[in-house]
Amino acid sequence: MIEPLTDIQVARRVAADIPDGSYVNLGIGMPTLVADCVGADKEIVYHSENGILGMGPAPAAGEEDFELVNAGKQPVTLLPGGSYFHHTDAFLMMRGGHIDVTVLGAFQVSERGDLANWATDVVGMPPAVGGAMDLAVGARRVLAITTHTTKDGRPKLLTHCTFPLTAARVVDRVYTDLAVVDVAPDGFLVREMVPGLTRDELQGLTAAQLGFADDVGTMSRG
Amino acid sequence: MIDKRVATLADAVAGIQDGATVLVGGFGASGVPVALCHALLDLGVRDLTIVTNNAGAGETDVAALIRERRVRKIVCSYPRSRGSIWFEGRWRAGELELELVPQGTLSERMRAAAAGLGGFFTPTAADTLLAEGKEVRIIDGRRHVFEEPLPGDVALVKAHRADRWGNLVYRTAARNYGPTMAAAAALTVVEVDEFVELGELDPEAVVTPGIFVDRVVRVEEP
Repeated sequence: MIEPLTDIQVARRVAADIPDGSYVNLGIGMPTLVADCVGADKEIVYHSENGILGMGPAPAAGEEDFELVNAGKQPVTLLPGGSYFHHTDAFLMMRGGHIDVTVLGAFQVSERGDLANWATDVVGMPPAVGGAMDLAVGARRVLAITTHTTKDGRPKLLTHCTFPLTAARVVDRVYTDLAVVDVAPDGFLVREMVPGLTRDELQGLTAAQLGFADDVGTMSRG
Repeated sequence: MIDKRVATLADAVAGIQDGATVLVGGFGASGVPVALCHALLDLGVRDLTIVTNNAGAGETDVAALIRERRVRKIVCSYPRSRGSIWFEGRWRAGELELELVPQGTLSERMRAAAAGLGGFFTPTAADTLLAEGKEVRIIDGRRHVFEEPLPGDVALVKAHRADRWGNLVYRTAARNYGPTMAAAAALTVVEVDEFVELGELDPEAVVTPGIFVDRVVRVEEP
């Protein structure tokens, strides 16, 4: 039995791919872990859709400003050099290709880079989309972070998404608890795998044909 | 003599009619014009269309308007949040119409109205459920969706300081939709923490120039 990576281990792997000096927007949930994993050797400017650049970590208890919140409505801080701006400018940054990298959670990713991360097939839940579509369409590089399968073992990497799309042909790379997979012109291309996992096993957990890079690397647990 | 300051919340919302489209600022609990929402409730108007990012939570502001059956339709990007019981209940019962709009498109539609534009094409939501029934055009090889302007009869905005001309500055991320909504409505009403003398606001730092503002009212900290 292969042991998958933990969420924080996957977040560390994503963080390693974010270049120094990037303007980055992290989606709600698992992507927010990435900020904790970026090394002190890099200066990253975090963007928040409600109008913040240079967003810092959560404040100490008792020092919260409940108007200074992130996309998930959690209190945050502003770093020296940070700025505030209004909502339309915040989305101009997202939609106009000014954000270098976004890291988004995913329910499903298709082999041509379609992303489904805003709605499932659960009936009776009111729909909510927020800034997911704007970010997926507008960021220069879209990284998806997710588990390789659902809790009950169904693949999340598919030929076609079955859940409603957030955006078509946008995902550049998927980081799962089992592998790092690029969305290449001819489909999924595996770049790295967790130690001990075979190609057949990974293919068996994926509902699309996998290609494998010539030099498939090993995902670190470090 | 221009003096947009009004003495009471009742004066601030006077004349708003049944059936009005009301733009309500705020992102989560940040920057919500809570006192103006309650003044609108006290005014007794109904059949409102509310345009806002979230659909209210708990028992205050937009949630209170929904609870008291004053809202016919909500135009919103993320109506579901912790404590959005009144929205969810009324929506499930079929008593509240929801128009779900991607967050950047929501903001840009109001900006288009403010700028006198007849709409715009955006790749956001192309190939998704939220583009159904909308005109699509290929621009630079990419599918774009036509979105209409979204003007308000009224905007309710929260800012930090105002002078008697209605020039505004905001606090941190509470700025969010304020500047766009202020410019997109026929009647813009603003609640502020403080009035200052004309000339006291640094003209280099005024965020919303008074041309977009009709009434300002000071609300004491609760």
